[in-house]
Amino acid sequence: MSNEKIQAGLDKYNASVEKVVSRFPERPNLPEQRLYTPLDIKDTTYDEIGFPGMYPYTRGVQPTMYRGRFWTMRMYAGFSTAAESNKRYRYLIESGATGLSCAFDLPTQIGYDSDDSIAEGEVGKVGVAIDSLADMEILFDQIDLGKVSTSMTINAPASVLLAMYIAVAEKQGVAADQLKGTIQNDILKEYAARGTYIFPPRPSMRLITNIFEYCSKNVPKWNTISISGYHIREAGSTASQEIAFTIADGIAYCEAAIKAGLHIDDFAGRLSFFWNAHNNVLEEVAKFRASRRVWAKVMKERFHAEKPKSMMLRVHTQTAGSMLTAQQPNNNIVRVALQTAAAVMGGTQSLHTNSRDEALALPTEESVMIALRTQQIVACESGLADVIDPLAGSYYVEALTNKIEAEAWEYINKIDEIGGAVAAIEKGYIQKEIQDSAYKWQMDVESGAKTIVGVNKFQIEEEPPKGLLKVDASVGVAQCERLAAMKAKRDNAAVKASLTDLKAACQDENENLMPHILNAVRVYATLGEICGVMREVFGEYEAHVNL
Amino acid sequence: MEKRIRVLVAKPGLDGHDRGAKVVARALRDAGFEVVYTGLRQTPEQIAEAALQEDVNVIAMSILSGAHPHLFPKVVDLVRKNGMDDVLIIGGGVIPETDIPALKEAGVSEVFTPGTPTGSIVDFIKANVK
Repeated sequence: MSNEKIQAGLDKYNASVEKVVSRFPERPNLPEQRLYTPLDIKDTTYDEIGFPGMYPYTRGVQPTMYRGRFWTMRMYAGFSTAAESNKRYRYLIESGATGLSCAFDLPTQIGYDSDDSIAEGEVGKVGVAIDSLADMEILFDQIDLGKVSTSMTINAPASVLLAMYIAVAEKQGVAADQLKGTIQNDILKEYAARGTYIFPPRPSMRLITNIFEYCSKNVPKWNTISISGYHIREAGSTASQEIAFTIADGIAYCEAAIKAGLHIDDFAGRLSFFWNAHNNVLEEVAKFRASRRVWAKVMKERFHAEKPKSMMLRVHTQTAGSMLTAQQPNNNIVRVALQTAAAVMGGTQSLHTNSRDEALALPTEESVMIALRTQQIVACESGLADVIDPLAGSYYVEALTNKIEAEAWEYINKIDEIGGAVAAIEKGYIQKEIQDSAYKWQMDVESGAKTIVGVNKFQIEEEPPKGLLKVDASVGVAQCERLAAMKAKRDNAAVKASLTDLKAACQDENENLMPHILNAVRVYATLGEICGVMREVFGEYEAHVNL
Repeated sequence: MEKRIRVLVAKPGLDGHDRGAKVVARALRDAGFEVVYTGLRQTPEQIAEAALQEDVNVIAMSILSGAHPHLFPKVVDLVRKNGMDDVLIIGGGVIPETDIPALKEAGVSEVFTPGTPTGSIVDFIKANVK
């Protein structure tokens, strides 16, 4: 049918709809357009869509996607002590999880030891407490680091935890160039959305480029950063803002690395991304597709990357924690299944599925099992993983992919005008945009413009949920005792020397800090001691909030 | 003219999840209160001091890390020690139902869990502030 004929048909259809709508009004707050036709994508050439494994990667980064092997089913876990978390990791591996993902407690994420007064009440709560190499050895006990791939959600002190991982591998007899995994290492979104920053942006960017450089030579299979939109979305952004702000952060990291003397193709292939799988399935699929196209263009046109790998946006995904409800928690199983479907149709490389009870507490083993089974059911039973990019060609999904891409470019251009992501964060621009979206979401829920089942509609009287996981307060005490015992046993002169050496290295901007941190870690200097030295030299970031 | 209600929105502990705190702060401001937000990673001592300095009528704390059993009561103690007996102290975040009785016992007047409309927080403050 020619476009003219389609337009004539559409006009006829619209006229008929007017009569219907006058008698049966449509629900409020729907997308403006009720129907999509070839006219909505008439300007989209197939070059923009392309083929899997080929530029611009709209349809996926691998040529065969899930027909060869499914995405990595990677469950984020960690709580209490290293021994307790080690048990959970081995349980997950036995249950068919194909990658590890370590959650650290907040003191660890902010570079404090468990015995620091600021850590009181927080030790082992949202993740595992790691004070030194001794804890890391327990965490990976009987787990072959030559075989498993490990993702670590660690940012400000990422260099220290990576060094500990390398040191544990050494002890297992596994060479650094065999290690596979990811550190999150994305400090910019910490300032903008997640909050576990330590140092100001400039030294933080130096640490990140030091890691890029060190790993390109010594740990070549390691993903040196996971540039994260997940937390930006959790903080309340829209889908377009999620990918736009994250890609703007990615641009800033590339610029910093190039400024430090690296060549784009030497590190860009090890950059990875982290998206949120939110509630609106089709919007999410379009978001994944648009993000790959935007990044490919950024790498090719802006940074003149030549290696295909540099242009591929490889992504880990987690289902949206903020969309879990404390009310009727079993409903969350269904939400997570739909979010999983979106991530899979969007073409993710790995996925964590949240558990039904996470709006209430850390998940129990049973809840984690259901979440993992959700992935396995989508993979093996739903058919969604059987053909590549199954929603391509849908008038709506292609039009939405174009729309999200256009909105993302608009934000990226705006951030360029401000002076890049670092400047946009320092000026509070990105934070304010996210806050405004979060507030609008909340107001839409409260006015009923947005329905959340069990929260503002279909509520019931409920008994308080039972059997939630609780981390006992004694965990903190025991962890401090272990730390004290370790400190009494180690070679304290060697620790002191390694910290003095690290301090000197911090003061010399041209020095790569990784080898110095690795030396300190090997002699059991603690995370708090190492970060303490860096705090002395680099200072700490202070946030300014505009409500 | 009636004096406006002053609220300190505070984030004790180390968790960086302040979406809720910021949304509540803005909703309270839109409801006509004067709102001060502390920012992240405040120690109980800093919160008690800020409450005193800002001469607030209400302290609204948010924690999503699970550190509430330790930190909420500590803030209450310090605030009362400063002689601020009339200050209304409330909390919110990822807080299991079973923890709430102990928090109330410790002097937290009300705990708001995920899914609470901001309007109920406004209403509670108006009804209970001294």
